[in-house]
Amino acid sequence: MSALGHVGGSTGTPAKLEKPRKRWLPYLLLLPGGLWLILFFAVPAIQLFATSLYDPSGSLEEGYAMTWQFSNYADAASEYLPHFMRSLGYAALTTVICLLLGYPLAYAIALKGGRWKNLLLICVIAPFFTSFLIRTLAWKVILSDNGWVVTTLDALHVPLPDGRLLATTPAVIAGLVYNFLPFMVLPLYASLEKLDPRLLEAAGDLYARPVARFTRVALPLSMPGVVAGTLLTFIPAAGDYINAQLLGTNRQYMIGNVIQSKFLRVGDYPNAAALSFTLMAAILVLVFVYVRRAGTDEVL
Amino acid sequence: MRNPSRPPLSPEAAAVLNATGLSRRTLMRGLFAGGAFIATGGALAACGTKPAKKNEAEKAACTATDVSATEKKLNFSNWPLYVDVDEKDEKKRPTLDAFTAKTGIAVTYNEDVNDNNEFFGKVRNQLQACQSIDRDIMVLTDWMASRVVGLGWVQSFDNTKTPNFTKNALATLKNRAWDKDMKFAAPWQSGLTGIAYNAKATKEVRTIDELLTRADLKGKVAVLSEMRDTVGLILMSQGKDPGTVSDAEFDAALEKLKKAVDSGQIRKFTGNDYKEDLNKGDIAACIAWSGDVIQLSAENEDVKFVTPESGLMLWSDNILIPSTATHKANVEQLIDYYYDPKVAAELAAYVNYICPVQGAQDEMQKLDPDLASNPLIFPDSATLAKTKSFKALTEDEDKKFSAKFEAISGA
Repeated sequence: MSALGHVGGSTGTPAKLEKPRKRWLPYLLLLPGGLWLILFFAVPAIQLFATSLYDPSGSLEEGYAMTWQFSNYADAASEYLPHFMRSLGYAALTTVICLLLGYPLAYAIALKGGRWKNLLLICVIAPFFTSFLIRTLAWKVILSDNGWVVTTLDALHVPLPDGRLLATTPAVIAGLVYNFLPFMVLPLYASLEKLDPRLLEAAGDLYARPVARFTRVALPLSMPGVVAGTLLTFIPAAGDYINAQLLGTNRQYMIGNVIQSKFLRVGDYPNAAALSFTLMAAILVLVFVYVRRAGTDEVL
Repeated sequence: MRNPSRPPLSPEAAAVLNATGLSRRTLMRGLFAGGAFIATGGALAACGTKPAKKNEAEKAACTATDVSATEKKLNFSNWPLYVDVDEKDEKKRPTLDAFTAKTGIAVTYNEDVNDNNEFFGKVRNQLQACQSIDRDIMVLTDWMASRVVGLGWVQSFDNTKTPNFTKNALATLKNRAWDKDMKFAAPWQSGLTGIAYNAKATKEVRTIDELLTRADLKGKVAVLSEMRDTVGLILMSQGKDPGTVSDAEFDAALEKLKKAVDSGQIRKFTGNDYKEDLNKGDIAACIAWSGDVIQLSAENEDVKFVTPESGLMLWSDNILIPSTATHKANVEQLIDYYYDPKVAAELAAYVNYICPVQGAQDEMQKLDPDLASNPLIFPDSATLAKTKSFKALTEDEDKKFSAKFEAISGA
């Protein structure tokens, strides 16, 4: 929008302020990042896109012929629609739970943390000192059928799906929430940290109740953090397959599991590529709509 | 970056852009990027991919130079639970250590093969592109080994350097259709696929039908992600021979498997990683490999191996030398060493798989007479009569069958 404003009033912009010989400088600064993006994102993406249009009747041994097989997309979408919906559903649920857990946590650290702030932040990040895989495997041990969690819940007569925790949908969601929570907390913290507590005091002076102070002052001001946090949680969660593989069964498998199996086990490259691209497109559209509605220029 | 000489937008264009919320700059950028993307994509894509199969000339060009003479080492990729380990110190592997002491060749041993497809998926791009995979030995099951040999991705070894192998390999392993001259693959161990259960978690499981339908096992059963093992056993339980499976028989077996998956009876499809879950009891019963289970039962007597009433699957895992491996002569020494009946007996006494070496049974008599008469290590004709091997599938069949199987197991 701001660009439009400048188009309208561009006739009199003071071009003199820019020294012509420095014009190439920004491009030069963009060069390393740009090259990186071209080499490691654009080229592979194009290659993937091309692969998604190969003739699926080919094979590794005999090679794939390029036949512009757009039907790969229709096949992939119709056959694996349940997995797509499951991935997006799990990711959305994960994001909501992360937000509900993460917001109070970030709020407490940013506004009430005092001199413990850094220590608390380290506690949030601490799990990252161990690898993603090992953390998830640890949950497998904790949630095991004969582990103390299940035995305790059993003793308390808490009903469990099929009498177990491991290899169920709640276990997969719990794993996703656990693994992506810090991605929610950190951006929330960053934006709440900037919140001037005097604004909340001022709202109080103007007779705003605590609830109104939160919904009308704190929350709107922390929206950039909410948007960044939800994106950082939702996007990787939708593409994740480790949690479903280790903590779920094949009835919890997400689209990532299908893509992994198609690429590495079946060797059906065209369909795997079509699925990857569809996932990318779906996420892109969702994110685009979401960011437009949330409308935070500050994040993107 | 503002350009003062740019003409102002027409009101219509501005209205359109305003309505869509796009600025002219983003629009142009988008169009440009899209165009570039499609153009490059087209250029790249028009080629497709070349066949991965290598002809003789390509194979020769791909084969790495052997530096064994100067580098006394080799990298060994094997399956878990597949080598003897010192009881007191898990880092020590007696037969491998003795090999190093004897030849001066240091062995880097990795247990990084969990499943044939998975391993193949991991290394195939490099092997196809003639790049090193940093391994001098990879151990793969018959069907995958024959596929890799067919692709021309392995080096042949010099049989004059492996006299023990040519002399002592079991007769049944000497004349395999995909390796008639015994040049590409040396069986590391053979084995049987049957049922395992954890007696702490369930009562005895005797048949595949029990495994797939018994109510008390619901959600506590695992089957192997290796199609040939799982489908092979189901075929036998339906009275069919996996060695001559037809399309209709295969579909019928998958139907049975699918029912068990849909009902929630089957919790998981696993590679070699079933062993932890079985040991803990998260999996009460599963399709498993004989030697693993016997090894596990040495530590946990609740874990037991069962020969299903309908029969067992028989297979071999083979030492292969990838075309890009640089220590071929060292590997030849290792093969020869492990085909010495004495060493083979020592290995078999620990891993409890079927020993592919003639004469090892006599050596085992000296080590442990009980093991020498164990039909799971030295199968007698009665045991062998109960075993079947899976049909050698053509590439088309393999693709068709795998896709159907993966549709049930992988997704």
